[in-house]
Amino acid sequence: MDKINTLDQLNAVKAKAAEVVKVRVEGNVCDVRDVLVCGGTGCTSSGSMKIIEKLEEEIKLQGLEGKVNIIKTGCFGLCALGPIMIVYPEGTFYSKMELSHVPEIVESHLKNGVPVKKYLYAETVDNDTIKSLNETKFYAHQHRVALRNCGLISPEHIEEYIARDGYQALYKVLTSMSPDDVIDVMLKSGLRGRGGAGFPTGRKWQFAKASVSDQKYVCCNADEGDPGAFMDRSVLEGDPHSVIEAMAIAGYTIGANQGYIYVRAEYPIAVERLQIAIKQAEEAGMLGDNIFGTGFSFNLGLRLGAGAFVCGEETALMSSIEGNRGEPRCRPPFPAVKGLFAKPTILNNVETYANVCQIILNGPEWFASMGTEKSKGTKVFALGGKIHNTGLVEVPMGTTLRTVIEDIGGGIPNGKKFKAAQTGGPSGGCIPAEHLDIPIDYDNLISIGSMMGSGGLIVMDEDNCMVDIAKFFLEFTVDESCGKCTACRIGTKRMYEILTKITEGKAEMEDLDKLEELCYYIKDNALCGLGQTAPNPVLSTMRYFKDEYIAHVRDKRCPAGVCKSLLSFKIDPSLCKGCSLCAKKCPVGAISGELKKPFSIDTSKCIKCGLCASNCKFGAISKS
Amino acid sequence: MAFKKSAVPFSGTAEQEERLRAVIAEHKDDPGALMPILQKAQDIYGYLPIEVQTIIAEALEIPLEKVYGTVTFYAQFSINPKGKYRISVCLGTACYVKGSGDIFNKLQERLGIGNGEITPDGKFSLDACRCIGACGLAPVITVNDDVYGRLTVDDVDKILEKYK
Repeated sequence: MDKINTLDQLNAVKAKAAEVVKVRVEGNVCDVRDVLVCGGTGCTSSGSMKIIEKLEEEIKLQGLEGKVNIIKTGCFGLCALGPIMIVYPEGTFYSKMELSHVPEIVESHLKNGVPVKKYLYAETVDNDTIKSLNETKFYAHQHRVALRNCGLISPEHIEEYIARDGYQALYKVLTSMSPDDVIDVMLKSGLRGRGGAGFPTGRKWQFAKASVSDQKYVCCNADEGDPGAFMDRSVLEGDPHSVIEAMAIAGYTIGANQGYIYVRAEYPIAVERLQIAIKQAEEAGMLGDNIFGTGFSFNLGLRLGAGAFVCGEETALMSSIEGNRGEPRCRPPFPAVKGLFAKPTILNNVETYANVCQIILNGPEWFASMGTEKSKGTKVFALGGKIHNTGLVEVPMGTTLRTVIEDIGGGIPNGKKFKAAQTGGPSGGCIPAEHLDIPIDYDNLISIGSMMGSGGLIVMDEDNCMVDIAKFFLEFTVDESCGKCTACRIGTKRMYEILTKITEGKAEMEDLDKLEELCYYIKDNALCGLGQTAPNPVLSTMRYFKDEYIAHVRDKRCPAGVCKSLLSFKIDPSLCKGCSLCAKKCPVGAISGELKKPFSIDTSKCIKCGLCASNCKFGAISKS
Repeated sequence: MAFKKSAVPFSGTAEQEERLRAVIAEHKDDPGALMPILQKAQDIYGYLPIEVQTIIAEALEIPLEKVYGTVTFYAQFSINPKGKYRISVCLGTACYVKGSGDIFNKLQERLGIGNGEITPDGKFSLDACRCIGACGLAPVITVNDDVYGRLTVDDVDKILEKYK
């Protein structure tokens, strides 16, 4: 691609590329079909790359070359149904694609224009009519700002991003706005950091601009470590240029000419797309020296993480970019004063950056019109756990959890009962059913003992034990604690030990008081955000599910039947037919009996693996 | 995190060392060069034994302690060799609430090794890993670059069978 120096050149690229994406945006405008196949991590894991190969082969075979374009996109959001494929201009939605479906779809739909109903996402087929994706429950409640291009454009072609107003915001900022103007717009928009803490983005930029230095840095936190959160990865995989452009704008605003994206090495697809995007942006002159001939220069480097959760903390992340152990340090001085390589630095999260260009182009009022009083705009959530539609959803701030879980998420599978939603990862808490109708924003989540975090939202049903979940998060924190400060290094370990005692039925009631005291001690004394928030999963489950803790401690019983030490398996003699299957399956020989007479379990030998219960054909074995 | 001393003797080749030296030369002057060099060194050797760390420390003229400190801090760096088939079990929240803990236990039982260990024949190594972000497919395990999702405990034997 030729270097773009002027607005005219940018618009010329835009006009040409707009023709390419037109069929996806406007519908039936030409006789070419676009087939979009999701190339996000979820769908790639379930085989979407092989689907693309098969499609290409089949299209050649059936003589459709030139009439069908196959585009590998980022995440569509409905990961549970992957691999996903959408055919434009109709916008028909094929889900759970298999290689064997391809020839029929190519012949019937791509060649003869008749969609193959049996392979479509069931919710889009209503008797004879086929609904478009946007009419399904999953998408109808969503409002896509950060994800606007995900699943619509090819992330590996900068032209397609330009077709969707790409790099217009950068041009506008460089040619008609002063750094103070940009800060003003960001402040007015009310955008707050999407990485978890919710610090106003404009204020952060203001501080960094005010610092005087010969060198400043702009960093992007793409070290998405919260288990169960994958929105940042999806933005990078589906729309990497939106982050690159926003970082250049941030660089202009604070006076930095160098940026770094710190991305998890566990996200190979995101890394690859970023490398491609940075190279294309450099070739197009959107990164590098003298951008748009304005004299502003900005370069971007990629740094890979190496699997340390604490590196999501800003000072630890910078230490890791510097090539050191990723240990946090005391603040102040804040990174805006003394950050990367001891220079003023701003660090924003991927999703935060993904909002910036839209705010510049549409104005702060547009952005501030969405959301609640103190939390503006939209938020992307990664829905996971015990829910039908696992995937990515973007909703305006202030949407209730009930809408997200029941309407968009499609509720809980297998007729089970909702127990809790976990937000904020290892720093957050569990929200019980009684709070399902609270509008989600930063402040409300904190008031009910959880936090926004990066947006992971894991749904749990009646089969999940809340003490076990708290222990799971503590095990995570113990493992990921960097060891620098005592409160976190030793405190979380002691918490984990108490929780283990509880789940093994060895705890006393006073252990619960000790546990709570320890929580507050760690909260007050830990050095960084990881330690300060580590007790949250315990505090919130103790707040809402105290009865479960008491059942474990006093009654030595796990109500959800998860904690193995507290379980016992029993054979109901009235249901047992004496078939001996369970005795054969038992790995430790704990079951014995005479054929055709009820068998019994020797509880002293039983290791509670549950194999007997899952193999019994008569439902005679129960756990309690 | 405890590290076991590798029982497998270091067997780096001259060709590997040449590649490593080229990587070091390429990054030597970058700010924060150590991390990218370690990542590429692990790609070359498959792990980071003390011999490799020594080469890097000497070439960068930094203490070996600093290299070792950085290597042992990050979960992704390994100072033990990995198996021919590297099995990782995702223990992220979404996978955990859907039963990946049971799958991990079953794998340990079947392979006779624990977390971070390797079977004596060098064929399989087993690791619990952090969320790989394929939460829509939970619970998930990976064997080298192959991803297996929506698993139950009963699938474990079938998967292992493929690699035997």
